[in-house]
Amino acid sequence: MAVTILIPTALRAFTDRKAEVEVEGGTAGEAIAAFAGAYPDIRNHLYDDGGNLRSFINIYVGEKNVKNASGLETPVPDGETVMIVPAIAGGKAPAPDCGARSNDKGRRP
Amino acid sequence: MILVSGDVERHIRAEGEKWYPDECCGFLLGQIDESGRRRVEDILPVPNAGQAEERHHRFRIEPDDFMRAERQARLRGLDVIGFYHSHPDHPATPSEYDREQALPFYSYVILSVRRGASAEISSWELSGDRALFNHEELECAAQHRARKRRY
Repeated sequence: MAVTILIPTALRAFTDRKAEVEVEGGTAGEAIAAFAGAYPDIRNHLYDDGGNLRSFINIYVGEKNVKNASGLETPVPDGETVMIVPAIAGGKAPAPDCGARSNDKGRRP
Repeated sequence: MILVSGDVERHIRAEGEKWYPDECCGFLLGQIDESGRRRVEDILPVPNAGQAEERHHRFRIEPDDFMRAERQARLRGLDVIGFYHSHPDHPATPSEYDREQALPFYSYVILSVRRGASAEISSWELSGDRALFNHEELECAAQHRARKRRY
């Protein structure tokens, strides 16, 4: 079944700047594996050394996060979209404990 | 370089002040031209999904919000080119935690908010090997006009 992978901007350097590509796959896992097979340089950004999807990567089938469905076994209907969504976080450092140690703030390379 | 219009800059500053003393966060929607220059056309504020007691020094964006931002950007012919967040009573420079959590390519705009008033604003980009957060030149439209007048 043909599904469309929607690629976040950060990963388009590995897909010849394409924002979406069509692959074959009946589940979310199959679709992502087919995508990684088509663009091997992207594999390390999606999978860890054990071949598991990296923890900060979320996969959506349509508008549903597969973590809230059947994971990578989540079925993908023909013509549906599969989106790769990275987790985003950050923030200033915690305040020092009673001034006993400096925090890790403000690092300018 | 990343270009920010006056309206966008004001919007980021207003968000930082609105959520003080917590950190605010959101998406930068825009375009990247062939020379690699980035232009922010709009921002998309989202709730800081961090735990309530952590929001004064941490932010987290829900994957669902990212999914919706990506879809909205595509519908508008734009891309998610980065994120903004505030540092309440703290410099507009990335923390080690910022670096650890960041992804290459994206612009990370940081706004300092001091005693509830927005202060300096800066932009940063993670190096490809994740080792450094490099300062990215941020040009606001108002500054751009002022510079043109001087010359």
